[in-house]
Amino acid sequence: MQIIKDRQLLENTWTFIADDIPLPENGDITVTLARWLADKEQLLKRSGQAGVRLNPSDQIEPLAGDLSNIGVIELNFPIFGDGRLFSQARLLRSRDGYQGEIRAVGDYLPDQVFYLSRVGVNAFEFADPNHIQEALAAMNNFSVRYQASTN
Amino acid sequence: MYQYNKQDQTLIEERVSEFRGQTQRFLNGELGPDQFRALRLMNGLYVQTHAPMLRVAVPYGLLSSKQLRKLASVARDYDKGYCHFTTRQNVQYNWPELGRVPDLLGELATVQMHAIQTSGNCLRNTSSDHLAGICKDEIEDPRPYCEIIRQWTTLHPEFAFLPRKFKIAVSGATHDRAAVQFHDIGVYLVENEAGEIGFRILAGGGLGRTPIIGQTVRPFLEKQHLLSYLEAILRVYNLFGRRDNKYKARIKILVKETGLEKFTSMVEKEWLRIKDDMLLSNERIDEIKAQFAPPAYDATAKNDSSFDAHLAGNSAFVKWVKYNTVEHKVSGYRGAYVSLKAPDSPPGDITAEQLEAVADLADQYSFGEIRSTHRQNLVLADVKQVDLFTVWQQLDAFKLATPNIGTVTDMICCPGLDFCSLANAGSIGVAKEINEALDDLDYIHDIGDIKINMSGCMNGCAHQSVGHIGILGVDKHGEEWYQITLGGSSENEAAIGERLGPSVSKEQITATITTILDVYVKQRLEDEAFLETVKRVGLEPFKERVYANH
Repeated sequence: MQIIKDRQLLENTWTFIADDIPLPENGDITVTLARWLADKEQLLKRSGQAGVRLNPSDQIEPLAGDLSNIGVIELNFPIFGDGRLFSQARLLRSRDGYQGEIRAVGDYLPDQVFYLSRVGVNAFEFADPNHIQEALAAMNNFSVRYQASTN
Repeated sequence: MYQYNKQDQTLIEERVSEFRGQTQRFLNGELGPDQFRALRLMNGLYVQTHAPMLRVAVPYGLLSSKQLRKLASVARDYDKGYCHFTTRQNVQYNWPELGRVPDLLGELATVQMHAIQTSGNCLRNTSSDHLAGICKDEIEDPRPYCEIIRQWTTLHPEFAFLPRKFKIAVSGATHDRAAVQFHDIGVYLVENEAGEIGFRILAGGGLGRTPIIGQTVRPFLEKQHLLSYLEAILRVYNLFGRRDNKYKARIKILVKETGLEKFTSMVEKEWLRIKDDMLLSNERIDEIKAQFAPPAYDATAKNDSSFDAHLAGNSAFVKWVKYNTVEHKVSGYRGAYVSLKAPDSPPGDITAEQLEAVADLADQYSFGEIRSTHRQNLVLADVKQVDLFTVWQQLDAFKLATPNIGTVTDMICCPGLDFCSLANAGSIGVAKEINEALDDLDYIHDIGDIKINMSGCMNGCAHQSVGHIGILGVDKHGEEWYQITLGGSSENEAAIGERLGPSVSKEQITATITTILDVYVKQRLEDEAFLETVKRVGLEPFKERVYANH
């Protein structure tokens, strides 16, 4: 499946592994925050990269010390109107200094990518492939920015 | 007033084309109703009983004559020839067609107007004191700070999907005319002991179902930190405000459930981290202030004697001056209210012809500017006393001079069941009936300062809980009933009205109001105002009479 990263289309290499599925030996995977905190060492010993999938209610502070080991942070939208993920992205970038990929996944709209880009999200995965082109276009919806933000 | 630069103009034009695309996708079936709902709400578009309702932003209640004329032409071309001013100083159109809304917004954009963030769970239009810049009790003009906040809130990327709507008000005067204590964030300009001017920041106020008075989170904030402090509060709210229940999602519930002390420490911790990266420079403040510089007042205005002569010769003019004009800090000038509370017209409504008449008066007599008030009237803020007689005559010719500002017939009223899909009961019809029952101006003037606020449902758009007399429409087995509260106030001595007793039926509501007024007249001491009497005697004497036959 194709995703958008840094405004380019590329093939996704990451797989989310749910808590009740054993960790595969290879490949780039993301896990929930709880699993990351519990199985950090095991995750880092694998041959593939490891990342974390955050949900809106997750407290991201315990992650701060691990950020240099995290290949991707997914922000998982259960519904598009849950704005907590926007603040999480902003804090990961501006407070915690995370420089890796932050990817939006789940139920959100192409209309939100302008805002998401501005709070530090640099990759976008959509279940509906039609949304990819819409999202690329929506990134340019506005040329004016009033606030200082992540970009 | 603030004039858009190229960037400001570009942004609202880009917003129009974004919305045009979204509307098209919805009409083509590419965007679902729930998704489109969230997007259209952020552009002020509701779906109402008869048609969509579009709410247009009037930032801090300031309008130019050119904008007023555009509102008039839009009312003619896209609506039924009128519009409605709201308690947040905004404008509503009740009859636009969905497919034409993008064009309507395009028209508004040509005069620096828009509907951005006038609804939805986002940062709303900032409201302010309608006498800003002209009142004598002002510490500093709040409008430059409102404009700074307007820019900061517009398309703020992090706070576009909040738990619930979020409203900010700023007042610069010692007398609060902007209901600051009932906003999610309230900002007062204050002077500290060192004589510096800064802000007192309140949070957690709000009306609606659970009215709560805002609490001070910071007694004094230096001006340079305004935006960082707002950002810290919003970030805490965005992360921790409840999202499980929309009736508990406003910041007032977060502050209440977290406790003021803990909430404040969460905000301060975040603020200390970000404050040095978000400084508001003096140059920036001065640049915006320059756009609100006082107009070129005529120093000889006070020399006029015709005003006194007119007062001596015309008792109707005397009444209008007494009730519908206010003192001005410049001698020889007064502020003149345009009453949108004529007895036979829904409160806050204004026709295209009236809008144009007011625009003409503003151009001729008040530097081309108009303000909207949170009590749903307009103000010509800078009228020379020599011109007041003419202004009065012309307003009167357009039924805009009912001398009732601040009186019992200057009711705040929502559109109610006639237009709104949320309402449980009618409000416009009740307002009309109360007006008909109170047709004696001398009586109205005798009973003086009484604020009636009436909402058609719990959402409380007309701020009934802070009305001196609050009327709330409720649904009782499919019938319209009305619950009454007494003793509310949104001014300095903020108070939430107390419930009088069981609700009354539609047939009884007008008689109930006149009974309440009657009890006041019998109970008052000398020139004691309604609110003071209620405070002194309590609800009992009112209850006794209202429920005498129950």
